[in-house]
Amino acid sequence: MTATPLTSTQGAGRAGDKVFSGATLAAGCLILAVLFGVALFLVVQAIPALTAPADKIQGGQGFFAYIWPIVIGTLIAAAIALVIATPIAIGVALFISHFAPRGLASGLGYVVDLLAAIPSVVYGAWGAAFLAKEISPAYGWLAANMGWLPIFQGPASTTGKTILTAGIVLAVMVLPIITSLSREIFLQTPKLHEEAALALGATRWEMIKMAVLPFARPGIISAVMLGLGRALGETMAVALVLSSGALTASLIQSGNQTIAAEIALNFPEASGLKVSTLIAAGLVLFIITLAVNMIARWVITRHKEFSGAN
Amino acid sequence: MSKRIDVKDLNVYYGDFLAVEDVSINIEAKSVTAFIGPSGCGKSTFLRTLNRMHEVIPGARVEGEVLLDGDNLYGPGVDPVTVRSQIGMVFQRPNPFPTMSIRDNVLAGVKLNNKKISKGEADVLVERSLKGANLWNEVKDRLEKPGSGLSGGQQQRLCIARAIAVEPQVILMDEPCSALDPISTLAIEDLINELKDQYTVVIVTHNMQQAARVSDRTAFFNIAGTGKPGKLIEYGDTHTIFSNPVQKATEDYVSGRFG
Repeated sequence: MTATPLTSTQGAGRAGDKVFSGATLAAGCLILAVLFGVALFLVVQAIPALTAPADKIQGGQGFFAYIWPIVIGTLIAAAIALVIATPIAIGVALFISHFAPRGLASGLGYVVDLLAAIPSVVYGAWGAAFLAKEISPAYGWLAANMGWLPIFQGPASTTGKTILTAGIVLAVMVLPIITSLSREIFLQTPKLHEEAALALGATRWEMIKMAVLPFARPGIISAVMLGLGRALGETMAVALVLSSGALTASLIQSGNQTIAAEIALNFPEASGLKVSTLIAAGLVLFIITLAVNMIARWVITRHKEFSGAN
Repeated sequence: MSKRIDVKDLNVYYGDFLAVEDVSINIEAKSVTAFIGPSGCGKSTFLRTLNRMHEVIPGARVEGEVLLDGDNLYGPGVDPVTVRSQIGMVFQRPNPFPTMSIRDNVLAGVKLNNKKISKGEADVLVERSLKGANLWNEVKDRLEKPGSGLSGGQQQRLCIARAIAVEPQVILMDEPCSALDPISTLAIEDLINELKDQYTVVIVTHNMQQAARVSDRTAFFNIAGTGKPGKLIEYGDTHTIFSNPVQKATEDYVSGRFG
């Protein structure tokens, strides 16, 4: 038997390692390059709008006055979507992972995944043609009975094409994302911890509170943030559903606008400074999304010590 | 604060598969009873039927009776949640809740059963339980730190503290030392010796020396072959089982001739 010299650097294994590490490095760099390229494009194209005199910008009061109402509109629509979708999504995910009989669970999971496959324009058409009409009586009721709250101030829109309707449509759209990610996380809860809770005399719900939800917390936050990313950037559904207008506090009147829908509706006919105004709006949306993701990461790492990863 | 367990003609099934056949055994209060036997003989499965933890596995069911001081755990209207709060369990691998501090881990079960507990009472209980698990001196200065930061042996004692904090009648231990080093194992064995002053302890172990060291009575389980049900072969005083067993199979096993 001949001894293999320790200093040998040849052999297929070494070469394979190098190719593989090179390929992964290239892939990683490509992502950064694309992100940087997009950011650079947005900044360069946005500069004319940011430096232009105030009266040249749409509305005549400068870029800031133009952008902030649609930033608020975007955040309102996304917030409505998350407030509605998150509890439902977590409930559905828990039902699938811990309560439903096995046959029903897989079927239901499949249906939820199918919801994510529906194109956003279909959701938009459904929201505009069906939901808005059906829901407008409810808005009338809200205006009559809860009108003292600024967000439900009347007169309610008779067409139902309001930011609240848009938010509900967005909720339906982000529901499958949050549900399927949460379900995956819930299923990964270590059996060990579930049994620890049960052996202490926990009911199923107490077990979920003790073992499943704390374990899944970072995952739920990530899932919600992904949903938020979609809600912030969603264009077609909002463009079709919302009868846009100036910023208003009431969610049941027509009015408000989101950045993505504003860009989509105006871009085809825009030229010159208008184009760069819209791209600057896109830059703002990009920054908002980036900030949201960074906040989410910060929230997740804040509790690292207790995450079970150590 | 401890009760005896009497099992009568218990069969355990996973679906249609008979996993453990016809076990009858009387487990004395305030004593340590060890279950020994080769892997797959059903001793862990049987242990889990003593607090209905086997029901976590879909399709698992039992026939027969398990009496806790005469009350049938499988009687109509008996809630498994109540059963488990009276018969605690410690698992093979230490499983403190990773998202909770040491203190919250100890209080986890108590907060389930008795939602309102004042901070003073909680402090007393945490100290008493951790002392009862021989862990107090090691963790008293870091009660707010996560339980998952402790060593394996400390985590297992934390799990024991968590189990005794709810003052159960019986403590079941499913190979509690199999993931621990010899020194941690010794600490747990010492603890088991102290626990039997107050609790009924049932322990499953692969380590025959451990059974000989800690238990008062020993039950030997065996299996005739793959796919056959596990059975209780012999049950008696630990001394008798290890030095002068009645059954040939028991003698072969404890002397290391198979398994």
